[in-house]
Amino acid sequence: MSAALRRLLSDYGMLAVLLLLGLVFSGLTLEEQSSRGDAAARRMAASIRRDSPERPRVLVAVRGTPEDGLFAESLRRELDTAGAEVVDVVQGEPQAARAALEKIAQAGGRLDAVAATQTTGSWLVFSELATDFPALGTPRIVVPTSRRWPNFLKSDNLLNIANQIAVIAIMAIGMTMVIITGGIDLSVGSLAALSAVLAARLVRDHAGGVEASAGGMLAACLGAIAVCGLVGGLSGTLITLCGIPPFIVTLAMMLVASGLAYIASAGQSIYQIPESFVWLGRGSDLFGLPNAVVLMVVLYGLAHVLMSRTTLGRYLYAVGGNREAARLSGVPVRRVLLFAYVASGLLAGLGGVIMASQLKSGSPTYGTMYELYVIAAVVVGGTALAGGEGKILGTLIGAFIIAVIQNGMNLTNIESYTQKVVLGLVILAAVLADRLRRPAS
Amino acid sequence: MTAAPPLLAMAGIEKAFPGVRALRGVDLELAAGEVLALLGENGAGKSTLIKVLGGAHAADAGSLAIDGRPTAFRSPQDARAAGIAVIHQEFTLVPGLTPPENIFLGQETARAGFVDRGAERRRAADLFARLGVTIDLDAPCSRLSTAQQQLVEIAKALAFEPRIIVMDEPTAALTPAEVARLFEIIGELKSRGIAVIYVSHRLEEIFTIADRVVVLRDGRNVGGAPIDRLDRTGLIALMVGRDLADEYPRRQVAVGPPRLAVRGLCRGRAVRDVSFEVHAGEILALAGLVGAGRTETLRLIFGADRRDSGDILLDGRRLDIRSPRDAIAAGIGLLTEDRKLEGLVLGRSVRENFALPNLGRLSRLGFVEAGRERRAFGRHVDQLRIKVPHQEERARNLSGGNQQKVVLAKWLERNCEVLFFDEPTRGIDVGARHEIYLLMNDLAARGKAIVMVSSELPEVLGMADRILVLHDGRVTGEIANGPGVTQEQIMQLAVA
Repeated sequence: MSAALRRLLSDYGMLAVLLLLGLVFSGLTLEEQSSRGDAAARRMAASIRRDSPERPRVLVAVRGTPEDGLFAESLRRELDTAGAEVVDVVQGEPQAARAALEKIAQAGGRLDAVAATQTTGSWLVFSELATDFPALGTPRIVVPTSRRWPNFLKSDNLLNIANQIAVIAIMAIGMTMVIITGGIDLSVGSLAALSAVLAARLVRDHAGGVEASAGGMLAACLGAIAVCGLVGGLSGTLITLCGIPPFIVTLAMMLVASGLAYIASAGQSIYQIPESFVWLGRGSDLFGLPNAVVLMVVLYGLAHVLMSRTTLGRYLYAVGGNREAARLSGVPVRRVLLFAYVASGLLAGLGGVIMASQLKSGSPTYGTMYELYVIAAVVVGGTALAGGEGKILGTLIGAFIIAVIQNGMNLTNIESYTQKVVLGLVILAAVLADRLRRPAS
Repeated sequence: MTAAPPLLAMAGIEKAFPGVRALRGVDLELAAGEVLALLGENGAGKSTLIKVLGGAHAADAGSLAIDGRPTAFRSPQDARAAGIAVIHQEFTLVPGLTPPENIFLGQETARAGFVDRGAERRRAADLFARLGVTIDLDAPCSRLSTAQQQLVEIAKALAFEPRIIVMDEPTAALTPAEVARLFEIIGELKSRGIAVIYVSHRLEEIFTIADRVVVLRDGRNVGGAPIDRLDRTGLIALMVGRDLADEYPRRQVAVGPPRLAVRGLCRGRAVRDVSFEVHAGEILALAGLVGAGRTETLRLIFGADRRDSGDILLDGRRLDIRSPRDAIAAGIGLLTEDRKLEGLVLGRSVRENFALPNLGRLSRLGFVEAGRERRAFGRHVDQLRIKVPHQEERARNLSGGNQQKVVLAKWLERNCEVLFFDEPTRGIDVGARHEIYLLMNDLAARGKAIVMVSSELPEVLGMADRILVLHDGRVTGEIANGPGVTQEQIMQLAVA
């Protein structure tokens, strides 16, 4: 195996874990999925039409649920288009079907097919149709084809996973940079809360509240993010100029930022913001992909390029790998560290804005404990806490691993307290596997 | 009448580490109440011998006897139990603990797991009283002066009634008054029958305090004598007397105008008013013993440490150097003494290490031009004959010689006009050494100004055009290198 391939596997080894998890949850959530969309209806109609030379007479039978109702509509439309005659539509219990069949039998004429769902198609009234209603002939019971497909892999679910993790993943970009330089930023959760509160408050008090314009909302969000960047800058300055360990500085900032968030919001949730504010957090404009997910992908792309192709990226790795050697090679160590903490602050601010957009309000309780999930994503993704190595895309994989585990546990109905235990154990296992995989340095 | 066996007798002690034979059969004897001075150049084997005596290393061969009884030490505790105490050059005190706590660390007087602090404090006070000094018993050791810390170390050594105390460079950080006090204490120890092995480079001190001298060279005991039978010259001859067996490449020396000039460089006690010039095409060696201030001087010029005062001029123009960035921008490069700790980011690839100070010219608009970088590094790999399987190899996987070449490539790419080589061939095999010497000659031939710090006198004599000798932070002399210059001359100035 070539050295390059081996290195690629080594750098992104957690991808194997992610795929394995995906496989496991796919297996655990495998189910008969019967389609109930237009495509299925079309196929059924085509199938019915194929069987009958003349215009087929069809009974549509579904249950009384709204979904089935929509399906019945689809069937009616498709059958009409296909040139069939919809004799009756039954929406309800088997008794209704029996009554409808009696009516058809009395009116005379045959019945060519019954268009039903998986459920209704297996009603007793239909299986005994030939014996109970001989006058109708032998109508075919047509149901939508069903496939076995994991609930986990349904596109709705996958997009849901991505959307759930978008905030944490975006914040983890900044955290990755900080950790690569050998530091840590414990303040990101509180900064997200502060940002959400500030954005909401700026919209409510200065941009016109519920009547705020897009420009006003944008300004409010940018202002909130900028404040978080400043706090990050303050952290970075204290760390580089005063030599206080990052753990202490960012721990203190975490408390300060949280307090400020509570003060700025008077402890309440600020909700006087326009409906259009949810565009970022809930909208999906690009091919049905949630906007937050698109933003996440774009930011990860940019961050990856920064870390792997730019001078600044090199400096970040060098400072983390051997600060003194970097300094003696002319790297502007202080500026590089400052950048990392400012970036972390800005991205935490962005995370808070997205949360505010998702929940259409800003509250100081947002982002509680987020720093732990963010750090977990970074570490699970293969970045060493000691600094000097790690890949941005690895963090994305780490974030997805966490999200997949939570989603998978939801789908398999594991209750939330157990989920926490499982998540903690999985994080341990992932990091352990990573350490065993790497040769001891 | 049979003579009493000596207190300590070491015979044929051998110790080898990967790549170097530190001790090649050392014999040493010590009598009770005697002060023995142990002398030798850097790398002669003094530290290793002390570590063997102290139980930190096990000798590969040889014997050790206390009072005529053969013993073997498997750990420092064994040595301590046999009555040997070692006071190292770097203090081993825990800064946050008080003197009594440090003194009894590891051997606390305890009852059922609870430390008897009162008893410890009393014993500590007693020890200090016998040394004739007063130390604040409740202050954490970090708040004590260096001299006081050393007294705590001595008390720690005395706490378990040793019969032999080894002192490694005890006066390096003491004022003359404190040195005098230390000598009084040593006199006191002598009168109690305790033997002292005193390791130092400072010949004046040796002549004051020692009864006998033993000189180590290249891992062997090359001679010992009572102090009254030796003089400075004799001592120095014993220390260096070795032939220039190594070959150093010849070169055409064409020295040009002065390029780098430093005046009045000062930093605390490490560098005291150092001034010198380096010319184009010249190799200037900074010689001296460990702690003389050679590396510190280079670091000051390079901006790695902040200088208290002094001027640095390049081609007559005063440089404002406040960080390595400034020095590098001015065209100065530093190959550090410890390439693993300060010269390379071991976890990154050799290509990235090479590029680190050169990213400015290997990138555009902040983006590294990968192709350019690869080609540039490739050129140096060829020219310097760096042995790497590929450019992505992690720096930590290379041999010492190749690592040093990568470091050199870093600076060559920058076309530095002034290059500082700090111990350029330390830990490098003979073959790679020669290559590095050739490279240095080539750089000098191209008009660069080179300053080389080296602890190996043969290397200094073989490579340098001019030799500047430092001692205790000051320049003690300057020698123009030539056929008649000897290692003794340098050593004379180095021990001042």
